[in-house]
Amino acid sequence: MSIYINQDTKVVVQGITGSTGLFHTQQALEYGTKIVGGVTPGKGGTEVEGVPVFNTLDDAVEATGATVSVIYVPPAFAADAIIEAVDADLDLAICITEGIPVLDMIKVKRFMEGKRTRLVGPNCPGVITPDECKIGIMPGYIHKKGHVGVVSRSGTLTYEAVDQLTKAGIGQSTAVGIGGDPVNGTSFTDVLQAFNDDPDTEAVIMIGEIGGTAEEEAAEWVKQNMTKPVVGFIGGATAPPGKRMGHAGAIISGGKGTAEEKIKTLNECGVQVAATPAEIGDTMINVLKERGLHEKCLTHEPQV
Amino acid sequence: MNIHEYQGKELLRKYGVAVPNGKVAFTVDEAEAAAKELGSDVTVVKAQIHAGGRGKAGGVKLAKNLDDVRKYADEILGKTLVTHQTGPEGKEVKRLYIEEGSDIKKEYYLGVVLDRVSSRIVMMGSEEGGTEIEEVAEENPEKIFREYIDPAIGMQPYQARRMAFNMNIPTDLLKEAVKFMLGLSKVFIDNDCSIAEINPLVTTGDGKVMALDAKFNFDSNALYRQKEILDYRDLDEEDPKEIEASKYDLSYIALDGNIGCMVNGAGLAMATMDIIKHYSGDPANFLDVGGGATAEKVTEAFKIILEDDAVKGIYVNIFGGIMKCDIIADGVVEATKQTGLEIPLVVRLEGTNVEKGKEILEKSGLNITAADSMADGAQKIVSLVQ
Repeated sequence: MSIYINQDTKVVVQGITGSTGLFHTQQALEYGTKIVGGVTPGKGGTEVEGVPVFNTLDDAVEATGATVSVIYVPPAFAADAIIEAVDADLDLAICITEGIPVLDMIKVKRFMEGKRTRLVGPNCPGVITPDECKIGIMPGYIHKKGHVGVVSRSGTLTYEAVDQLTKAGIGQSTAVGIGGDPVNGTSFTDVLQAFNDDPDTEAVIMIGEIGGTAEEEAAEWVKQNMTKPVVGFIGGATAPPGKRMGHAGAIISGGKGTAEEKIKTLNECGVQVAATPAEIGDTMINVLKERGLHEKCLTHEPQV
Repeated sequence: MNIHEYQGKELLRKYGVAVPNGKVAFTVDEAEAAAKELGSDVTVVKAQIHAGGRGKAGGVKLAKNLDDVRKYADEILGKTLVTHQTGPEGKEVKRLYIEEGSDIKKEYYLGVVLDRVSSRIVMMGSEEGGTEIEEVAEENPEKIFREYIDPAIGMQPYQARRMAFNMNIPTDLLKEAVKFMLGLSKVFIDNDCSIAEINPLVTTGDGKVMALDAKFNFDSNALYRQKEILDYRDLDEEDPKEIEASKYDLSYIALDGNIGCMVNGAGLAMATMDIIKHYSGDPANFLDVGGGATAEKVTEAFKIILEDDAVKGIYVNIFGGIMKCDIIADGVVEATKQTGLEIPLVVRLEGTNVEKGKEILEKSGLNITAADSMADGAQKIVSLVQ
């Protein structure tokens, strides 16, 4: 088991003929992801990498039975692509695109109210269920199948955490990048809830960063509802206030959104926070040992 | 992106939002001419820099006659203002705003920002104007009122009325207040603002509701469709290294320390700063080279880091996913040669093609310290710069 995606997931790529879309379609196919179609307006009827291209998402869904889309459309057109995915009534739309104007995302969220499609991202690395399905830009080979879930606002920091786990012999159930933008589709809490309900996930790593209060809300939810251990890390403890640290959402404004505040709330809610990004894996291993879950989560030989 | 007060007021005027008459001036003569043209009893001479707290720092003066205008303009132009938002180095004043004085009855606060929790734009208002809204939020949170704006229909007149009543704006000025608020919300939405703050908003003796100050910040992701706003950009107000970095699509922010950092990915870049600090080092910058870095980009990144004289060592921390380690290694070697690097360099490579990357660094014969992990690299660079 896993969350959101698995070996049966059929995926359509929106923006499949662009350079980013094409490159990651090749990578995903190599990984074994079932990419069943692509969309590029005006290129319907052609084929790339053996994948049929359609003019509209509706056409693609009708012809292939896909339930998930991944979006590699440039920022100016990405909101439109998300709305198209929601309108096509997909289960899941994963938006990789970075740099979408915030006001576009506000409109998208408004449009999504009452609709059933889940949006992951934007500005995220995507979602991977190791050995089954990779949707996004993460390097597939660092992941191993297992029982620890990972959810993160950052791409490379997720790879760092996954790599630490894999090297320690701990596989992952699913890794979800929710993205670094201030307005996004899926929250930490949404993903934690899904991991809590997933019988194959034993524990979760949650990687947050400065800005907003999403980590605090998630921590409160963990305290009230989560039956599985959660380990955290918050990036940006040394970031100066008022500056946007690369991610559009990573800004400390008016004294709110500091790492200190987030770490305090996480600790109070029973989430163990790694002191440095290099100790995320070890912190998880300690917690697994304390809970008697380590053996169960040890899925392969540790690599030294 | 930030703009100046006078530019913000120009924007407000376009939307029918009331502001006092005023003109920008770059010289003392221009300041005097502007004051003459305004012809008001009292003229305000205001320093134009991208930072708040100008009044307390001596950047806002009331002039009773043209001689005073000249005197204050001369005094403020070229002066370095140090406010709580400029940092200790302060900011040099190169532009003035000459504005007619207003007969202020009462000061209020009005701001529009993004509310991340509701994914909506929210207008915040308070009758506690003139002070920092964060202070009001701390001391009198019940005095801050909020109206959430539905992106499908925009701010509605009843919301503006409710806000005006909540803020205790006199009922005889209700129409003016509503016009002001609806105009401000439209400015925000039409121009892709991320902050629009009017502090203070004032009511005047002659029955006006006006913006006495205007602070705007714009969503940099939306500037491609806001050409007029982009024309307002004042490069003098930005860090030259940050401007240079943005040309190469590098995300760079200058900090106070002595360890230059080059990292891929914003999250890892932040975490790298954190881990340097954890081992008692001091990062000199935040630098995300992004996912698609080339050897050229890496070289430019190095040059930008080295322009900071405080830098005593560089830490390169790369987790190659999409970005291949051999490409980064090529870039590092090239940059080291081009810049004639003389300070310690620690490189941690992980991910795609890591072996190839390490080989390139070793064979280069350059004085590069390799690190096995993020923590190892941080410890090494910290001890090397001591």
